[in-house]
Amino acid sequence: MTAVTDKGPSIDADWRNPLRDKRDKRMPSISGPCGVVIFGVTGDLATKKLMPAIYDLANRGLLSPSFALIGFARRDWVHEDFAKIVYDAVKQHARTPFRQEVWDRLAEGIRFVRGTFDDEAAFGRLAETLDKLDTERGTARNHAFYLSIPPKAFPVVCEQLKKSGLAHQEQGRWSRVVIEKPFGHDLTSARELNGVVNSVFPEESVFRIDHYLGKETVQNILALRFANELYEPIWNANFVDHVEITMAEDIGLGGRGGYYDGIGAARDVIQNHLIQLLALTAMEEPVSFSPHELQAEKIKVLSATRPMQPVDETSARGQYTAGWQGSEKVVGLLEEDGFSKDSTTETFAAITLEIDTRRWAGVPFFLRTGKRLPRRVTEVALVFKRAPHLPFDATMTEELGKNALVIRVQPDEGITTRFGSKVPGHAMEVRDVNMDFSYGSSFAEDSPEAYERLILDVLLGEPSLFPVNAEVELSWEILDPVLDYWATHGKPEPYESGTWGPSSAFDMVHRLGREWRRP
Amino acid sequence: MIVTLPATSTTEVNKKIIGLREEGGAITMGRVLTLVIAPDTEDILEDSVEAANFASREHPCRVIAVLPGDRSAPKPQLDAEIRVGGDAGAGEVVVLRLQGELGDHCSSVVLPFLLADTPVVAWWPATAPEVPAEHPLGKLAIRRLTDATNSADPLAAIKGRLQGYTAGDTDLAWSRITYWRALLASAIDQPPCEPINSALVSGLKGEPSLDVLAGWLASRIPGPVTRAVGALKVELVRPSETVSLSRPQTGVTATLSRTARPDALLPLARREAKECLAEDLRRLDADEIYYEALQGIDKVKYV
Repeated sequence: MTAVTDKGPSIDADWRNPLRDKRDKRMPSISGPCGVVIFGVTGDLATKKLMPAIYDLANRGLLSPSFALIGFARRDWVHEDFAKIVYDAVKQHARTPFRQEVWDRLAEGIRFVRGTFDDEAAFGRLAETLDKLDTERGTARNHAFYLSIPPKAFPVVCEQLKKSGLAHQEQGRWSRVVIEKPFGHDLTSARELNGVVNSVFPEESVFRIDHYLGKETVQNILALRFANELYEPIWNANFVDHVEITMAEDIGLGGRGGYYDGIGAARDVIQNHLIQLLALTAMEEPVSFSPHELQAEKIKVLSATRPMQPVDETSARGQYTAGWQGSEKVVGLLEEDGFSKDSTTETFAAITLEIDTRRWAGVPFFLRTGKRLPRRVTEVALVFKRAPHLPFDATMTEELGKNALVIRVQPDEGITTRFGSKVPGHAMEVRDVNMDFSYGSSFAEDSPEAYERLILDVLLGEPSLFPVNAEVELSWEILDPVLDYWATHGKPEPYESGTWGPSSAFDMVHRLGREWRRP
Repeated sequence: MIVTLPATSTTEVNKKIIGLREEGGAITMGRVLTLVIAPDTEDILEDSVEAANFASREHPCRVIAVLPGDRSAPKPQLDAEIRVGGDAGAGEVVVLRLQGELGDHCSSVVLPFLLADTPVVAWWPATAPEVPAEHPLGKLAIRRLTDATNSADPLAAIKGRLQGYTAGDTDLAWSRITYWRALLASAIDQPPCEPINSALVSGLKGEPSLDVLAGWLASRIPGPVTRAVGALKVELVRPSETVSLSRPQTGVTATLSRTARPDALLPLARREAKECLAEDLRRLDADEIYYEALQGIDKVKYV
């Protein structure tokens, strides 16, 4: 894949903007004129994340004055109704303070087009609206289409965009598409989906968003690993005992049956978030930080990754049952609305992966995710080997565990180092202590949200750090053997809500002589 | 909370800071820099501490304000004030008032309070030394901030910055126009791909931000750049179009107009000192573009 690096639709390749200078690090990148079309405006994601992020960008002064936001849905709305929806979403969910003058400017560019995805006339009206905005607002025929809709609707929407000429790529303007996970439900369907999207939009115009894994997080991990001398020497099988990657959620699945039933935790989370985190943690140092080089390294490490065999002994899955989630009594999955009483969808999944490279040979990577776990946390923990020789007798080090380096992704993004320290007093006794760094306490309180960064990248034509086709397909190749095994063997083991998953999850690490850390 | 320590010593103040931290829990973790403020008067002190507290939420820092007291006092004396919690931002604020001979040794008084192994930034919110890097406080710092807007003669102040420039200096008049520069650059990104032949910057006479903006344009384009006194506006002239960004002097909404295209309105209020300060603390390396802009002021035609 080639990176798009055009800073606006310049026609003459030799043309250089005299006002730009690489050394001018102060100057923010402001998007050029453009319109963003949202399909699926009534969805949760659109109102909770997307619209607030657009306002936040405007509030930070990063949107072009010639910006337009267009909603497309079946509702019987006029422009003002849609503007009201956006207004409410911004008021409720924006991260930056509300400023009337910013909102007024944004509201001037808000339009609504009524229609269904299979209605050709509606897309004609959409094209007309966009044309009109080009003259009224000067959006310069640059359009981004945000598909906040179920993947099964992708083919028809892409087809309509193609027919109406909106997806047409030509010099001097751009047309880009943003899609959200899930990117398929196995290798075959992922290929199909990519085929559909790529038949209309070339790969460099496709932006995939994984809202849990923002660009900020990715870059934080890269900075930790490659900007420091401290960690690289020990970042390998000589020193690392095992790696745990956890994404735990405390919420249940009430009301999400339509999406989640039949998908399950492994497809929903492991395939994209956790395998991406694994790739970032395990990859070699890229030649440069250009997205292309970064992807090359991720692809390399993913192609050396496979599930540890036998799958039944190195994986676990579970389904939450009624219990106490903290201070709240909650029902089990089978009693949740929208799930069948005999659903075998897993809400907890844990797998063991191994990476066949010199750096990682013999180091198990444990990946786990689940709903209704005790708290919401995402982290990568590198657990180190015990010191080869301890010049203390056993009573002195009874409370000493293994050293660990933990990259906390959320909440409270930061890094924790766990090591042994002497307990003050006459006796020689060593105990685990934590040294903690949190981004929030050393840097800006409001680092831009994942959506903000992604949307700005789309508008600027900066390649995002999100997975390309090849990575998506490799992730499925890693996960498919486990999914196939699960499909034909048994069913998820029940676990009580508010606990750290089924007993099989603990058994799978015990078999290898390891222990899950409590995040 | 404000703790006043009249006629005290740096050792006592340091002890008190540690004491306050122990009482209040670990409130001062992860600070990334020490900001030393050198205000002229008590009024400016309060304004700049407020701005520093705002900026410290983005850049947790210890703020040290050094204020000259009565220099003719017969005995040297240090009066200190420690502000924490609601009266400070994310770190703590230490106000040091120097009486008598001590006034000539501000750097010795400040040194014990600098955080270990973190950068020091010095800020003169009003009157600045001619060569900030040679001032005793400037010598401690890797970044030195001045603000020509608050000086008695803003134009002379901003023009004088070039003479006194050392890598690491910037003026808040420069950060005040960052978004103006970004909007202009982003407008020039759009076709037609033509060079800029000339530029006009107009606005209030006493707004040094516009002088440095004109200087920046003069350093970037070969053609003439004019600085006029009048309505607030920047105009870039290309062979087939004119890009103009204007705003009512005290308004919050600016207009971006271009030949043969619809006018675009955008929010663009004057940036307050606290926002400028927060931006300036983001970068601790030398700002070469600023240096070039200062050099460019000489090429600007004043009408």
